[in-house]
Amino acid sequence: MNTEKPYRRRDLLGIRELAASDIIGILDTAENFREISNREVKKVPALRGKTVINLFFESSTRTRTSFELAAKRLSADAVNISVSSSSLSKGETLLDTAANLDAMAPDCIVVRHSSAGVPHRLAKVSRAAIVNAGDGANEHPTQALLDAMTIREHKGQIDGLSVAIIGDIVHSRVARSNIHLLTKLGATVRVAGPRTLVPKDFSYLIHDQEFAPGAKPLEVCEHVEDAIRGADVVMILRIQRERQDSAYFPSLREYSIHYGLTNERLDLARRDAIVLHPGPMNRGIEIASDVADSSRSLILDQVKYGVAVRMAVLYLATGGSAVNS
Amino acid sequence: MKLLITNGHVIDPAAGQNSGKDILVEDGRVAAWLASSDERPSDAAIIDASGLIVAPGFIDMHVHLREPGHEHKESIASGCAAAVAGGWTSVCPMPNTNPVNDDAAITRYMIEQAERAGLANVFPIGAITKASDGTELAEMGEMKAAGAVAVSDDGRPVPNAGIMRRAMQYAADFGLPVIDHCEDKSLSSGGVMHEGKVSLLLGLKGMPALAEEIDVVRDILLARDTGAHVHIAHISTAGAVEAVRRAKSEGVSITCEAAPHHFTLTDSAVAGDGGESASAYDTNTKMAPPLRSEQDREAILEGLRDGTIDAIATDHAPHHADEKSLEYDRAPFGITGLETAVGLAFTELVHKGVIDLVRLVELCSTNPARILSLTGRGTLVPGSVADITLLDPEHVWAFSVADSRSRSKNSPFDGREFRGKAITTIVAGRVVFNERG
Repeated sequence: MNTEKPYRRRDLLGIRELAASDIIGILDTAENFREISNREVKKVPALRGKTVINLFFESSTRTRTSFELAAKRLSADAVNISVSSSSLSKGETLLDTAANLDAMAPDCIVVRHSSAGVPHRLAKVSRAAIVNAGDGANEHPTQALLDAMTIREHKGQIDGLSVAIIGDIVHSRVARSNIHLLTKLGATVRVAGPRTLVPKDFSYLIHDQEFAPGAKPLEVCEHVEDAIRGADVVMILRIQRERQDSAYFPSLREYSIHYGLTNERLDLARRDAIVLHPGPMNRGIEIASDVADSSRSLILDQVKYGVAVRMAVLYLATGGSAVNS
Repeated sequence: MKLLITNGHVIDPAAGQNSGKDILVEDGRVAAWLASSDERPSDAAIIDASGLIVAPGFIDMHVHLREPGHEHKESIASGCAAAVAGGWTSVCPMPNTNPVNDDAAITRYMIEQAERAGLANVFPIGAITKASDGTELAEMGEMKAAGAVAVSDDGRPVPNAGIMRRAMQYAADFGLPVIDHCEDKSLSSGGVMHEGKVSLLLGLKGMPALAEEIDVVRDILLARDTGAHVHIAHISTAGAVEAVRRAKSEGVSITCEAAPHHFTLTDSAVAGDGGESASAYDTNTKMAPPLRSEQDREAILEGLRDGTIDAIATDHAPHHADEKSLEYDRAPFGITGLETAVGLAFTELVHKGVIDLVRLVELCSTNPARILSLTGRGTLVPGSVADITLLDPEHVWAFSVADSRSRSKNSPFDGREFRGKAITTIVAGRVVFNERG
């Protein structure tokens, strides 16, 4: 199979693979696309004649809708395919599926899968640009990009900020992508949560980046309060109920008491701190309802910027040039 | 029928031999060692072993030949063809076939299939428990009578210490070593690679070193209690090597083996840090126990050097390409190893100064024969079976899965270059593989 990608087609497998300048290029391009969603006619011809396949092996209403709208607002033809992962094990392998889709000559395949590494394997065998829409516990790059866009909008820049990420760090692709992105753009990240879900040596995640001597761009905190204290941004991760069944913590009730974001805990952050959550929220568990509904919570902004970020990602993946600001 | 292996350098640690000698083989057995002054029989076929090491036949005490039941991955004939091409004159298949080798009839079937293939010797390993389900003991005495040389539940290790204790007591009665794949699945379940920094990086669920070490320590205590001989399969962590080292110094009857991938690769291979052709999430880096950290790899090297580790065994685990094409966390564990092990042992151990040639022969022949009580093998003293491996330590070659004799191609070493190779493989006096045509 010829897997050489046509001129200018680029995969987005993760934030880990990107340079800071790539990230800024995507964010600046997304800024340019933002206003399209505010128009009466929400469509530009940038990707007319291009085909985008949303290949979702894991259900997701929000991310899939966001990618679909992004493609359509750029005039691309978007096709959604939902595959239950179990049907794969019945015969057709992942690579068969990829080869079949590739034969229909799409320009871009957006893939979400519960197994880490699937986009990387597809990128090896597909001529389409592969965009990772979340792979297992590995990465969710467009989520980190839309979070960054939200932060930039409210804080002006990312460099120099202190960001707390609270919750199930080890199983979180959102945490991994955000940590890569934020540290590459100069923020300091502190993570905290139950020890069962926050490995002590997690700072290895960014071992291959270079930082100033003595800098601690990623710190694992013993207590949630230590992570939140003085933070400019507090990012709360969704807690999965099945973690309770696997004995990572005793109960959702206890989790909410010891690790949930309450107004009291948020008071430890800077007065102008903002709160992010990738959704969907478990109100009253990882985030108290009054925090979620407060003016500091930017959860709907995140969703809004998601479309613009995905427009930028699809545009760049299929050959567009980044905006230089 | 006579065969004379001349001009070679004989290394036979069991006989304390490490010098130039000619070996005369007659009727499948070693007839005599000839000094230069001795007369040569005129009616013998000659193998010129100039520049080669003449070693007692290599014995791989841990392979999966997949027959009966999984012939799409491997058959006894194809596995034996791969074995002799890799320099192994004998292989010991694990019992995780379908049906499980928990019965003398299946043990006999495996041996008969090997005889039909007429390549390597097959010494089956019987199950510890019926169907390897960890509850009732399999008929070890009957399997031994049929030709089994050890018992193991390999990839489905006996979780219940009480049953394992009785299994060891019972196996000791028959002089059968108990081989254990040490993995406490309550600690490793769901894991697909070594738990450590690289698993954090890749977002893959880890299998902690602890899962192996807890079972190794349990087995040491059980071995001491029962007096059975325990052999730890594919040891892979620094802590496990240290536990075995200490147990040996205390006189516990315990041995262990290491697999070539564990002394060659680390978990960074899962991230694709293994040369230009390597890529992240390649399922040919997935095996159990998993590729561990560099510190663990160094501990394996030290164990091979200082004698803590007794044997090199491949854990040859063929899987069909369709199975290995699945997602990383769904693909089966295991890689092939029969044709790459000797190349890796030379390249990674001998030529890097970790071990010398005598130790190599001990690890691949002398010790496996001793652990499994294979009388008349693992040595070339007159009277022993003429299973002989001829080795060229300097032969430079590259492995290609396309040319592999195995039915499966799941190797992370495709295209890798080696220095050192088995050139000729002789089983019971018959040349079954010859690189020199």
